[in-house]
Amino acid sequence: MSFLSLTSIKKSFGPVHVVHDFNMDIEKGEFVSFLGPSGCGKTTVLRMIAGFESPTSGKIVINGRDQNSLKPNQRNIGMVFQAYALFPNMNVHDNVAFGLKVAGTDKSETDARVKQMLGLIKLEHLADRFPYQLSGGQQQRVALARAIAVKPQVLLLDEPLSALDAKIRVSLREEIRQIQQQLGITTVFVTHDQEEALSISDRIVVMNAGRADQIGTPFEIYNTPSTRFVASFVGTLSIIEGKVADPAAGAVTIGNQQIALKDPIAGMKGGDSISLALRPEAGSIAEGAKGDTALAGEVVSTSFLGSVIRTRLRVGGDVISFDMFNNPGVAPPVSGDNVTLRFAAKDLLVIRE
Amino acid sequence: MKKIWAWGALVFGLLYFTLPLIGMTNFSLKMRRGEYSFDAYQKVFADPRFQETFTYSVMQALFTILFGVLLVVPTAYWVRLKLPRLRPVIEFITLLPLVIPAIVIVFGYIRLYNTSSWLPLTGSLTGTNILLMFGYATLALPYMYRAVDTGLRTIDVATLTEAAQSLGAGWATILAKIILPNVLVAVLSGAFLTFAIVIGEFTMAALLNRPAFGPYMQLLGANRAYEPAALAVIAFGITWGCLGLIQLVSRFQKSAPPKA
Ligand SMILES: Nc1ncnc2c1ncn2[C@@H]1O[C@H](COP(=O)(O)OP(=O)(O)OP(=O)(O)O)[C@@H](O)[C@H]1O
Ligand SMILES: [Mg+2]
Repeated sequence: MSFLSLTSIKKSFGPVHVVHDFNMDIEKGEFVSFLGPSGCGKTTVLRMIAGFESPTSGKIVINGRDQNSLKPNQRNIGMVFQAYALFPNMNVHDNVAFGLKVAGTDKSETDARVKQMLGLIKLEHLADRFPYQLSGGQQQRVALARAIAVKPQVLLLDEPLSALDAKIRVSLREEIRQIQQQLGITTVFVTHDQEEALSISDRIVVMNAGRADQIGTPFEIYNTPSTRFVASFVGTLSIIEGKVADPAAGAVTIGNQQIALKDPIAGMKGGDSISLALRPEAGSIAEGAKGDTALAGEVVSTSFLGSVIRTRLRVGGDVISFDMFNNPGVAPPVSGDNVTLRFAAKDLLVIRE
Repeated sequence: MKKIWAWGALVFGLLYFTLPLIGMTNFSLKMRRGEYSFDAYQKVFADPRFQETFTYSVMQALFTILFGVLLVVPTAYWVRLKLPRLRPVIEFITLLPLVIPAIVIVFGYIRLYNTSSWLPLTGSLTGTNILLMFGYATLALPYMYRAVDTGLRTIDVATLTEAAQSLGAGWATILAKIILPNVLVAVLSGAFLTFAIVIGEFTMAALLNRPAFGPYMQLLGANRAYEPAALAVIAFGITWGCLGLIQLVSRFQKSAPPKA
């Protein structure tokens, strides 16, 4: 049996159903991200695990123990908040020591543990500072140290990096991941940033309107999104609308062009609408580019992102994005150019709702 | 031109407040004919009834503050945390003592807790003392509640509570270790205001017939010439001392105001 299991969790606030039938099993030591747009219920699920909200129905089990009857302070769950929530009246040392003191740990053991935690987040030299004397990134690291000092069964992080600037966000997420792996803490990480989720998770739960649309490794989620929502939310997939021309041959019409999919289209007949998705890195317009499939289109815009150049191409009624590596010897296309995008038919995903 | 009027108004205001004070202080120093002396003050301090009533009122003030803090801090905290929609109602209730005269409150108390009632507090000295303390706490409620509620506004009560809960803390620990220390400055200013109110209060103490400082001042004022002036200066000094302390503790606040 898995370490943390959520079974048929439902949650309503009055008449509003916020979480519908949420199921998830998390293994010990696993790092799972909840990824989804604002308001999809990520925080609500997290707060139910922590015990701050109780599920309208369903079961939460941690390490074989049903949590529903336990109060938040009996669950031994570490929590890190977006707003840091350090205790303003205590210095860094006392903040980290708080949970240990509450648990009645003796002083020498507490001090040793605090020291170890501050070493982990590399802030030993700031033990005497008060929260208002720390930067946002430092405060969040202290909050992390405080949460893991008590050796929680599960660590919950609710958008811990959202209030930080981009550079620190990247370095701190790697630090969090590294500490998590070092200590083997079962972790649930909430974010609405797909890059964040993809880069540090063992598994990702993509949430949409209170449901788990897809659960899988970052590789699976990114490469084989199972729903249209996942496809559009994770990565920068372009959705292309077409009409089935010949299901048996896998032929699809896009605008006035026809292409062939890798496989026959099951369960559809000629004239049905079909949604396809293409990842930005799958196509190329370079001379002699490889690929058994081609679509002609007109360049709408190009944006220079540093190492890559993202170009948006109008094909039929849709706009397809694709990336190419920056090459100082080749000028990027300009809007209005007519180009041909080549890609492999196997990279074209059929999206089913 | 405008400036002159502003200065004029300021000077007028200052004189309006300070002249009676200066006059009173001056008068209190003139007990000995023809020269300034502290005779009146010595008389006052030497009066055993002064010591007795002053000590009594200080003790009452301390208990009132203790009771007020124990009552108001958890209440204001709970209202902010769990019943935010009730805040206006609670605020209105805490303002009632400003609208209802003390004499009405104390008559209500005497009716409710007299010797033939279900809780005969006025039947014993201790009971009456406790009743008076409750009365003082009621009078101080508007100030105490506002001070604490304002203090709570500067911290993120809900998130700090959840952070503490997830670390295993129960309600008592949260209140004592997180909430109270963070509103301590607010609590102290409430406490000094309470102190000033209790030291000067007359109506309740007189009607409950307790040997408090207020009735003593009144008694002295009715029977002596110089001593009441000295006493008034002393009382004034205590009040201003309290206000000064409020200023002082606000400045010694350890943590900076939270970032908005
Ligand atoms: N206490 C509450 N009472 C009523 N509705 C609530 C309450 N808490 C959350 N909701 C609603 O539940 C829905 C999901 O909220 P939740 O905070 O879980 O979203 P989220 O996925 O964490 O979003 P975000 O990324 O913006 O933090 C929202 O529509 C929100 O308005
Ligand atoms: Mg949220």
